[in-house]
Amino acid sequence: MEIGMLPISASKRGKLLAAGYTTLHSIATTSITHLATDIEVSESEALEILNFATRNSALERSSGSNTNVIQVGGQTAWDMLNEERFSSSITTSCADLDNILGGGINCKEVTEIGGVPGIGKTQIGIQLAVNVQIPLDYGGLGGKAIYIDTEGSFMVERVLQIAEACIEDMSEYSHHFHKDNQAYGVKMHPNSILENIFYFRVCSYTEQIALVNYLDKFVTEHKDVKIIIIDSVTFHFRQDFEDMALRTRLLGEMSLKLMKLAKNFSLAVVMLNQVTTKHVEGSFQLTLALGDSWSHSCTNRIILYWNGDERHAYIDKSPSLKSASAPYSVTSRGIRNSTSSSKRIKMV
Amino acid sequence: MANKLINQLGLPKSIANIFAARNIITAKALLLMEQRVRNESLAGHLPTRLKGLDEALCGGIPFGVLTELVGPPGIGKTQFCLKLSLLASLPVNCGGLEGRVIYIDVESKFSSKRLIEIGTKSFPEIFHKKGMAQEMAGRIMILRPTSLSEFAESLHRIKVSLLQQQVKLLIIDSMAALVLGEHDSGASRQQALGWHVSFIKSLAEFSRIPIVLTNQVRSQIGDESLMYSFQARSHSTKEDTPVTFDSHLVAALGINWAHAVTIRLVLESKSGQRFIKLAKSPISPPLAFPFNITASGIVLLDDNGIEMKGPEINNIHCQGQNALSNYERVRHQL
Repeated sequence: MEIGMLPISASKRGKLLAAGYTTLHSIATTSITHLATDIEVSESEALEILNFATRNSALERSSGSNTNVIQVGGQTAWDMLNEERFSSSITTSCADLDNILGGGINCKEVTEIGGVPGIGKTQIGIQLAVNVQIPLDYGGLGGKAIYIDTEGSFMVERVLQIAEACIEDMSEYSHHFHKDNQAYGVKMHPNSILENIFYFRVCSYTEQIALVNYLDKFVTEHKDVKIIIIDSVTFHFRQDFEDMALRTRLLGEMSLKLMKLAKNFSLAVVMLNQVTTKHVEGSFQLTLALGDSWSHSCTNRIILYWNGDERHAYIDKSPSLKSASAPYSVTSRGIRNSTSSSKRIKMV
Repeated sequence: MANKLINQLGLPKSIANIFAARNIITAKALLLMEQRVRNESLAGHLPTRLKGLDEALCGGIPFGVLTELVGPPGIGKTQFCLKLSLLASLPVNCGGLEGRVIYIDVESKFSSKRLIEIGTKSFPEIFHKKGMAQEMAGRIMILRPTSLSEFAESLHRIKVSLLQQQVKLLIIDSMAALVLGEHDSGASRQQALGWHVSFIKSLAEFSRIPIVLTNQVRSQIGDESLMYSFQARSHSTKEDTPVTFDSHLVAALGINWAHAVTIRLVLESKSGQRFIKLAKSPISPPLAFPFNITASGIVLLDDNGIEMKGPEINNIHCQGQNALSNYERVRHQL
């Protein structure tokens, strides 16, 4: 193995393997602090190992003009492509919506979802917090969720309803595909789903910022968290904020931290946003709140809106997904496909 | 199984103190539910005794969140509030909260005579006992602030009673009158409203009581409904939505307020029949219940409710003026 090529002690080699570093590349692309915590050595020792790793992997690729090789922490686009193939997504329980999202809400990305009151933002948030826990056997991530509630709209009764419906769906699925295998009973209980949602309630924007800063430590201790939902990111920043420049700065910092969290821990960050009206070309239009500079902060932006009597989701901004809109509905079991017969995914 | 409070996580003392001071504790959703079911009376909901509505709301008006009643004048918002204050002051063995009620009556609509009438007609066994009427009416405290700042002061004072666990329900009738009477321009009004909304919400949150607010309506200005920019592009090319001449009203206080309330009950009158609709609720389907106002308060005509699809549920109608004035006639007959 490549690790064997490193001039380090056998115990350190053992620790590297135990922590999951099997190739030089995986060491070279991690940061010093992560390496130090993962294999429990001091930072200077970690730096040493890192240098050996980059030197060696540099030697592998030095053929050719590209001597400007992997800087510590950087990645080539080819490596990213390979990673992205395995990157996971969390289903929304609505097939049409999953389709336009390319499988679901992507991990390692920050997705913003906004809409008018009553369109279903909190419902989608709760559905995602439940769906992230779907076990690997059923195509889910088997992870936990962090739910940051700024408005108090997280109602436990509803989470229970959605959790129960999710378990029922999973049992049905296992009946279909594993009719012969008796052992495939769904062993999840709605209470265990509730147990895996870490709920935080913040009551002011300072608390919100403090919490986001603290999340790094929290997720390091709870590595199985795979989604962070903030419902809503807007509320405390809309009330009573006089200094708009300060607000823009704070929001920018917060979104950078969240993006970093998403990338470092391979989790999905979902931010729910409210709407406001803005005056454009002589008429009033709806737009997501928090201003123009905020609209740059997220990777993907989904707008939920009413199209006649149906709820639709529209991908407003995404580096990889096509602008499309899909219908969905909110039922007593959670978010599901829309039942109208004339549904079609509109490519815009 | 123990999930840790922040102070047990071994953070440096300074950070832990800040968090504790600002009240950030983490909880697993399961613990939340267990706590509420165990500790709170009636599992965290105040039953309204309107069977269909209570079922849709998973038990009744939920604790700890803001519930808004919005509708045109004379539709029955204050009647609903009167009934709720009575229900909260009822003894626990009769399905009440046996607590004090603070009724913030901005427009001087509170009628104690009507309160007693509702009480004697709805709960005759309780009210005919000697002294019960006095005891229950004695639990309802009416405040009449004349300005937003006076209102804020009263709220600060209420906070203390809430801490002492005596107050079980807070009713603000009406929020719109407080705010709209104050400022002229939109921006400062929005800001003042914003501060008050945050404060009331945090009050609801840490005291875990139901807070009910009433709101007024205003007519819809401009053309149909607001749209997003991407909708406007495609809409201009199609003309398939027929122009409706159905005039309707919208809730006052703006879209920011609409986001801030957790549950919105719309009361309206359509073709002479009154409806109470669950326009915004994270725990209920969008249902509309027809109702009437009788001597014992609001009475649902159909407990099953009509499911309403689409944004129509947010529209507020005020048709059938005769129906509204019927109430006056009924009242005087009693």
